[in-house]
Amino acid sequence: MKKSKPFEEFVLPQGTNKGLKQPKLGEVLIDHDHDHEEENFVSKYIFSHDHKMIGKQFLMTAVFMGLVAMMLSILFRIQLAWPGEESSVLSLFLGDTWAPDGILKEDMYLGLVTLHGTIMVFFLLTGGLSGTFSNLLIPLQLGARDMASGFMNMLSYWFFFLSSLLMFASLFIQEGAVFGIQIGDPTTSLPGVWDGSGPAMAGWTIYPPLSALPQSVSGSGLGMTFWLFSMTIFIASSLIGSLNYIVTVLNLRTKGMTMTRMPLTIWAFFVTAILGTLSFPVLLSAALLLLMDRMAGTSFYLSDIIVGSDMLANHGGSPILYQHLFWFLGHPEVYIVLLPALGLSSEVIATNSRKPIFGYKAMIGSIMAIGFLSFIVWGHHMFITGMNPFLGSVFVFTTLLIAIPSAVKVFNYLTTLWKGSLVLTPAMMFAIGLVSTFITGGVTGIILADSALDIAIHDTYFVVAHFHIVMGMSAVFGMFAGVYHWFPKMFGRMMNTRLGYVHFWLTIIGAYGVFFPMHFVGLAGAPRRYYNYSVYQDFDQGALDMMMDLNVIVTTFAIFSAVAQIIFLFNFFYSIFRGPRAPQNPWRSTTLEWTTPVEHVHGNWPGDLPTVHRWPYDYSKPGSDVDFIMQTEPLAEGEEEH
Amino acid sequence: MEKIIILIVLVTGVIALAQLVRLYELTYKLKDRGEHDIPNRDNNLNAKLMIGFMLFLFSGFIYLVLRFGWTGRGEAASIQGVETDWLLNINFVIIIAVFFLTNFLLFFFSFKYVRKPGVKAKYYSHNNKLEMIWTIVPAVVLAVIIILGLKSWSELTADASKKAEKIELFAYQFAWVARYAGEDNTLGKFDYKLTTGNNELALMTGSTIDSSVQEMGKSIEAVEQKLKLINFDYLSSEYRSLISSSDYKSDVDELVTEISSSEFNLVGAEEQLKQLYGRYTGGGDHIKITLNEPNDETKSIIGDLEKDLSTKERLYRSLVQMKQNHNPSQDKYTLNDIIQKDTLYLCKGREYDFSFRAKDVIHSAYFPHFRAQMNVVPGMPTSFKFTPILTTQEMRASKNNDEFNYVIMCNKICGGAHYKMKMIVVVYPEAEYDDWMALKRKATFKDQYFPNEETEMIAAK
Ligand code: HEM
Ligand SMILES: [Cu+2]
Ligand SMILES: [Cu+2]
Repeated sequence: MKKSKPFEEFVLPQGTNKGLKQPKLGEVLIDHDHDHEEENFVSKYIFSHDHKMIGKQFLMTAVFMGLVAMMLSILFRIQLAWPGEESSVLSLFLGDTWAPDGILKEDMYLGLVTLHGTIMVFFLLTGGLSGTFSNLLIPLQLGARDMASGFMNMLSYWFFFLSSLLMFASLFIQEGAVFGIQIGDPTTSLPGVWDGSGPAMAGWTIYPPLSALPQSVSGSGLGMTFWLFSMTIFIASSLIGSLNYIVTVLNLRTKGMTMTRMPLTIWAFFVTAILGTLSFPVLLSAALLLLMDRMAGTSFYLSDIIVGSDMLANHGGSPILYQHLFWFLGHPEVYIVLLPALGLSSEVIATNSRKPIFGYKAMIGSIMAIGFLSFIVWGHHMFITGMNPFLGSVFVFTTLLIAIPSAVKVFNYLTTLWKGSLVLTPAMMFAIGLVSTFITGGVTGIILADSALDIAIHDTYFVVAHFHIVMGMSAVFGMFAGVYHWFPKMFGRMMNTRLGYVHFWLTIIGAYGVFFPMHFVGLAGAPRRYYNYSVYQDFDQGALDMMMDLNVIVTTFAIFSAVAQIIFLFNFFYSIFRGPRAPQNPWRSTTLEWTTPVEHVHGNWPGDLPTVHRWPYDYSKPGSDVDFIMQTEPLAEGEEEH
Repeated sequence: MEKIIILIVLVTGVIALAQLVRLYELTYKLKDRGEHDIPNRDNNLNAKLMIGFMLFLFSGFIYLVLRFGWTGRGEAASIQGVETDWLLNINFVIIIAVFFLTNFLLFFFSFKYVRKPGVKAKYYSHNNKLEMIWTIVPAVVLAVIIILGLKSWSELTADASKKAEKIELFAYQFAWVARYAGEDNTLGKFDYKLTTGNNELALMTGSTIDSSVQEMGKSIEAVEQKLKLINFDYLSSEYRSLISSSDYKSDVDELVTEISSSEFNLVGAEEQLKQLYGRYTGGGDHIKITLNEPNDETKSIIGDLEKDLSTKERLYRSLVQMKQNHNPSQDKYTLNDIIQKDTLYLCKGREYDFSFRAKDVIHSAYFPHFRAQMNVVPGMPTSFKFTPILTTQEMRASKNNDEFNYVIMCNKICGGAHYKMKMIVVVYPEAEYDDWMALKRKATFKDQYFPNEETEMIAAK
């Protein structure tokens, strides 16, 4: 029996269901023409409550922020490969203030690194990845008309937008002014908090006291104030979004869509949202305490400090407290970034292998295990802060435990490919690339998790290599896979496949070329966040020569992969407007989103909501002559579910 | 090398561009197709490229190892480092095997199982036994890794032995200072509030406390003076001329004292001034008194000064308290400490018990060649130990580099010049080290800063 849920049963936010009229029995409502009349530009494209539009808004903002962050990395990579050489690129982008005579200033190096890291992690891969695809896919794959609250969803995007704007603006801070507008109030008795130049410069982890004391580095003035305000708003956005995702997954599944019939994408988004709601508030409190230390003279993180010749009276605080709070978010954060990517690629891999994902239940189990364990491993970032060695041992143990569900996931992916009938779409290639980077970056994690070994390589380029491969590349590849695969769903058109191939090959070669050699830089003992390695001249010229060779290789590949993204951008924007029209189900996939019309309509399905009869992975099922069976297809007589 | 790479980049770029243009045209053709499918030709080509990429990845790895070697920093130069390297190598063997094996399977499968006409994918949804195996096998391997790792960890972090030589490393933006414990091998106490021009390390003795109390007293006076001056700066000009006229000298002085006393508060300033003036003229108000509004700049200076003053007063009070609680019998430990800048000297084969202290922000003492590292955190002492086993000379021979030196680098972002914050380390053989130390013992903290305070030493003994 089909479930028919009349429209008014749906708690759609006001304004969204205006265009829908109650369907008469048997009537198919294709109503978007009607919509156009009712909606104006602002409510359709700007303050939209529609989850598909909001997903696209997240994607566009994130693409922009991602490009900014990538550009920043190119700028500081130029500095690393050719230190002290005049660079016209640097003076073009940074001007006389930050790159007089084409030579980067040391403070700004740290500013670039900090903003690069912050934007990549939070704005591209948290806001961008989970924001885009949770929004797009949760209602579509669950058979819901929209998110539980369209209004909150809109709010989530606009908070994200505002925080992106603030973070971006902070790049332009000059002596207490942004874009020439004076922010600093000279009558304030908070010296430094409202002045200073440049963006935050304390690393993306903004450890106090460096981030708390405007006297210690020029970016810890207004730049840090911007950072903190921006992140506060970002966290609000993320919390609102996550709550909405959780509620939607729990309450708005269509008939027959049991939890164990949900595609793995949804499972990943669901667990991600839970991680976000549990961990972001902790970062929020860390940030608020830091704001207090900066503005209200409290001593949460400060004790016994003299900056320059300034003796502070703060006593009794602990900088380490901040680190505990930060990493309580910080570690789950890497899974907030990673799980959606893994979820997307599970779906892409199953579809394009024309096979069920191997070990569906084990995959769900490992997502949940990873999610749970990610809360009790944060200490592995703090092995050498002088924490109690016993506590360190506990964190070694819990961290290495995470390797088990991660290994299970990898083996399950491999088995899914095994004896498949692979269709190498660009999305599929990126998903395969993701599995490769997840392996390559994951194995070095085993070394970093071993506290005894971490002593020798903590904070070196080995770490930079590790997290870029396992988190940066994997998540970005997951995101690309998602974009290529669901582009037809988002824009009703196809992207160009061959450009996709070129993009993939250049990107994977470039990205491995950037991050793989960094292991060797790190093993040579090179600390990260160094403006240049000239100190090596005083003690080991040989190591310096080797490092400079490697740095040139890395930077060249970085420029190479950055240039390769132009192909993607071209393909993306060109296809939005001129791509061939998408068929309804271009990848011959089983999930519900491909049962909706190509043209977007409010409420997603013009008629009744679909009813689900089977799991999402019935590809090449024996006894069936088609190679995929939609989830809406009732089980045949005597057919086993799976 | 660079040139070749840049060339490759350019060539690939050109090819990519050409592709781009060609595909731009193709897009138009594709537009007419309703169905979307990947042609077999593309599929097979990409499958082959998967193998090609795998070869690129593996050979890139091997190339890097051959060209740059494992240990860019040379063999480990401490007992603990040798242990670490051993463990590191075991781990590397395991993970490199996994890296090759799984990446191979991945790319090989992507190649082998690419769609072929007439071959249907195998419907294979789960196999509990297999899944069990690849849960348990990693678990066992990890158990081994954990056990070995924790064994090393507990040795590395165990307390240093009693006879280990004590050294304190003091970090500030952007340099390191070492303090040897001297003959008694006991480091004297310190308190950051004791920092003064000639006591940079804030060491604690009766007389350093005294001079800090004095200095703090003086700097409080200086701030008060400034506040007084600035208060007068914005009085109206009539008023200023009145109070500076000599006829009323003594009264004015009194007024001045009152105005600049600590109770004088800006908000009620005008009111108070009027009152004072009223008292002064016997109630008449024939001279109109106005306060020039302090401009924004003045206000902010006053704000800063007041904040500064209250900070200093707090510090002053705790210094006085420190003085009261001070136990002079401890001074001897401090007085024979040896302060050492620029270069840290160590002795081969001797165990060192380092403690770390930061002045301003977090730093990290990273000794890459000894495989040792510990964060240096303001307000929280940290420590660790290691035993050098190769002298600088031996390491130079081993690295085949006459100019090599050991080093401490700062490895926690700490400000603009973070990248320059280092200290050279020299490891001497025992005899040389002892000679150096004998010399240094003649230049203790006391010798440098209190050469005349014989009495204190004697009293302490
Ligand atoms: C164009 C590609 C990229 C290049 C060339 C690049 C390069 C770098 C380098 C060299 C550093 C270390 C700088 C230092 O420690 O001195 C760095 C830091 C970082 N990158 Fe990237 N990166 C890229 C993409 C990404 C992506 C996709 C992510 C997303 C996870 C990311 C996240 C980070 C983070 C979190 C840091 C640490 C920032 C900090 O130290 O505060 N990067 N990047
Ligand atoms: Cu972590
Ligand atoms: Cu530093």
